[in-house]
Amino acid sequence: MRPLTEEETKTMFEKLSKYIGENIKLLVDRPDGTYCFRLHNDRVYYMSEKILKLATNISRDKLVSVGTCFGKFTKTTKFRLHITALDFLAPYAKFKVWVKPGAEQSFLYGNHVLKSGLGRITENTEQYQGVVVYSMADVPLGFGVAAKSTQECRRVDPMSIVVFHQADVGEFIRNEDTLT
Amino acid sequence: MGRKLDPTNKVKRGPGKKTKKQQGAETELAKFITDEETGPKRLSSRGRKRAAKRVQNSKKPKVAAEEQPKKGFTDENSKWLKPAKRKRKIDEPESEDDSDEHWEEEEDEEEEEQQQQKGGKDQGKKGAKLGVKKVVEEKKKEDDDDDDDDDDDDDDDMVDDYGTLEDGSGEEAAEEESDGEELLPIERAAKKAKKMKEAMGLGSDDDEEEEEEEDDDDDDDDDKEEENKSDADMDEEDTVQANIDEMDQFKLPGAEEREKEGVLPLDLKSIHQRIKDNIDVLCNFSTKREEGKERAEYISLLKKDLCTYYSYNYFLIEKLIDLFPLSELVDFLEANEIQRPVTIRTNTLKTRRRDLAQALINRGVNLDPLGKWSKVGLVIYDSSVPVGATPEYLSGQYMLQGASSFLPVMALSPQEGESVLDMSSAPGGKTTYIAQLMRNTGVIVANDANADRLKSVVGNIHRLGVTNTVICNYDGRQFPKVMGGFDRVLLDAPCSGTGVIAKDPAVKTSKDDTDIHRSAHLQKELILSAIDSVNAESTTGGYLIYCTCSIMVEENEWVVDYALKKRNVKLVPTGLDFGKEGFTRFKERRFHPSLKLSRRFYPHSHNMDGFFVAKLKKFSNVIPTAPAAKEEENADAPEATVVTDSPEEKPAKSDKTKKTVPGKAGDLKKKTQANGTAAKKIANVKPKGKKDSLAGPKKAKVAKMDGETVKGTKAKKPAEKTTDETKASKADKKDGSRFEKKQGKKTKTPLKAKNRIGKNKFRKLKHMLGKPDVE
Repeated sequence: MRPLTEEETKTMFEKLSKYIGENIKLLVDRPDGTYCFRLHNDRVYYMSEKILKLATNISRDKLVSVGTCFGKFTKTTKFRLHITALDFLAPYAKFKVWVKPGAEQSFLYGNHVLKSGLGRITENTEQYQGVVVYSMADVPLGFGVAAKSTQECRRVDPMSIVVFHQADVGEFIRNEDTLT
Repeated sequence: MGRKLDPTNKVKRGPGKKTKKQQGAETELAKFITDEETGPKRLSSRGRKRAAKRVQNSKKPKVAAEEQPKKGFTDENSKWLKPAKRKRKIDEPESEDDSDEHWEEEEDEEEEEQQQQKGGKDQGKKGAKLGVKKVVEEKKKEDDDDDDDDDDDDDDDMVDDYGTLEDGSGEEAAEEESDGEELLPIERAAKKAKKMKEAMGLGSDDDEEEEEEEDDDDDDDDDKEEENKSDADMDEEDTVQANIDEMDQFKLPGAEEREKEGVLPLDLKSIHQRIKDNIDVLCNFSTKREEGKERAEYISLLKKDLCTYYSYNYFLIEKLIDLFPLSELVDFLEANEIQRPVTIRTNTLKTRRRDLAQALINRGVNLDPLGKWSKVGLVIYDSSVPVGATPEYLSGQYMLQGASSFLPVMALSPQEGESVLDMSSAPGGKTTYIAQLMRNTGVIVANDANADRLKSVVGNIHRLGVTNTVICNYDGRQFPKVMGGFDRVLLDAPCSGTGVIAKDPAVKTSKDDTDIHRSAHLQKELILSAIDSVNAESTTGGYLIYCTCSIMVEENEWVVDYALKKRNVKLVPTGLDFGKEGFTRFKERRFHPSLKLSRRFYPHSHNMDGFFVAKLKKFSNVIPTAPAAKEEENADAPEATVVTDSPEEKPAKSDKTKKTVPGKAGDLKKKTQANGTAAKKIANVKPKGKKDSLAGPKKAKVAKMDGETVKGTKAKKPAEKTTDETKASKADKKDGSRFEKKQGKKTKTPLKAKNRIGKNKFRKLKHMLGKPDVE
């Protein structure tokens, strides 16, 4: 386990800010202690410093996970955000999309969100903006990228995609193995 | 096309096509209905005479009766050629009729007593041959006996014979059944018979005799009438007695019969019935036993039947018979055949039980709160959607978890800000429950030896939004070395799984003595590691929860007892107010009396998987050295921090310990013997060490001293005494590392620790120790 390098930190924060903007600061400086990011086996883990201390006692090959995994760095050093980060993205999300109950299942299976399944969308969402997807009961379901800006969403036909799927909670069952 | 019931239809009679056609419903039905529901018929004079004869001939040799049909067709046998009137209750009336007829024909005049005696024997034989197959039928038969008694007035009545053999046993069985119900049907039948006979002028009371009542020869009737009247009371008592006798002969099948069973296709129903009867006999053994048959024979038959019926292997059935009283045994086995209800646990980090229940009900799930003892549990009766795939599940609002798995975490009751270790955490249900009780504060270390199963832990932790957990993949036995000083530790030890047979039926046949002992050995090692990982001086904790999903004493009480002996821990109440108390003794083993603070749960009594929970409190970080301290380094480290005592005090204390020892020595001996494999394994390691240590008289004495004083550590002041010992022994040894090894090996022989030093040697030793300790 090692701290992130400058490069890696920059890449990761850029990715995160697509979804939560400047609220990244809130992730690091929290009222209940300092939290930090650490890299282990190409994955980025988010944990409090207390846990960090304990985790250093564990040998590298035996350590499986610490705190919350945010995502991983691919072989080409791009950062990919995992669904496990949803709990931290959701409260700070800047742009949100609500999905109708009928389209919930479809999104949870990994499909994109169509105009017909779109319930609400935050104003001023730009195209290709990172968004967090919610159900109508305000339960976070995952996140994605807006395919159309809010204005366009109103105009477009029902069968066109409005949100590209990136991660959804259904992956906990579908991709259990890849979480670690 | 249904036939219409039309009473105005005239039925054609006589020869001819039209009569052979099926008549209207009313006539067809009438044929079926008539015989069953007629009450006791009024007898003609002949009928009465026949009845009287039947009374006399009640228990004439059935053998003779049986032989009759074999002899071939005669006029006397002709009756069996005629079709039975009642085809519904094939066995009952036919059998009665047949046997009755035969007996009457064979022997006209015999005294009732003789008959009864013979009848008893014969019935016994019959029963032995056929088993208790037709108990239910026989019961009906008995009830109908009175009704049926005089139905066959006509000599021309034909009854199919193929029921004969069975009928005899059937009657016995019927009698057995009736006896089982305390003679109520018999009493009823007796009363009816009495009434009938009074009406007829006969005095017979026996049911058997009634069953067998059939056509009597006229000659005998007059003579028998008187006999019957006078012997009426006798008969009643005798039949009751005879019934009881027959009950006992819930025959133990002989060797030939068992072989037969082995060859024939299994009749599960009969085996099930046999199991029930066997247990009945065993419960009232003195009254119901068969003469000359030992209890062991009944039990061995029961075991075999249970193995066949429930598909267990013999080993497991033996273990279960030892664990449960017979009345509970069948309940337990039955409970293992069906699944326990599905239960879920609300994740209070993300939602409340009320809201979750509402959301699930909206999805179409039928659920209820789990019980008063849990505020987060819900039991699911049925669901139109898969419970493990709802959006609520995926967003981490609940977790599928067995009800029994709630218990160890509730007993552990982790507080906020504590550090907790979960040694066998996969698939993560208990870990996440601990996290939600701690509200994501503090630290949890979730460990599991199996890397594949750890993936599910990772998944569950992330899904449920737990942030304070470190997940690692160590063998639990390595734990104090990796990290120690936890406030609380939860050990859900890998076990044989005999409590979750309902989930995994393969356990029924795959578990063996070696499996159980292997599990037990692993569990002992794990529990010691777990104890060593707890920090006794923790301000808020110092607790260890040991739990298994097994019901075997070897894996539960024995392991906890072992821990009590080997470490400075004590049992405390679990805080679970339901569940059976753990055993303090079992077969030849005796456990510490505090074992009754542990709890056992069974599928048949609590409707959750079989489980065992024990809560231990560690009151000292010092590891008692003599009885097999597994980690000498760790033992030395904490001991070094403990207060120092003068070496001179040590002998005095050791004297005290010696005094307190005798009380414990007995226990120790028993315990060490009971420890069996574990102790022996340790002992095996030691001999080598002993050789090294016996380099000089000094060392030998020290070793013995340590051994003795160690026993005393379990007495009132364990910490101080152990430090004394270790200090003394340390002081003696000039080479620290050598000392440690030897000491470890020495202390690992509880058997050898019993050696006592003589008075003079002790003084010498005291003297020797006095010098180095001064330093």
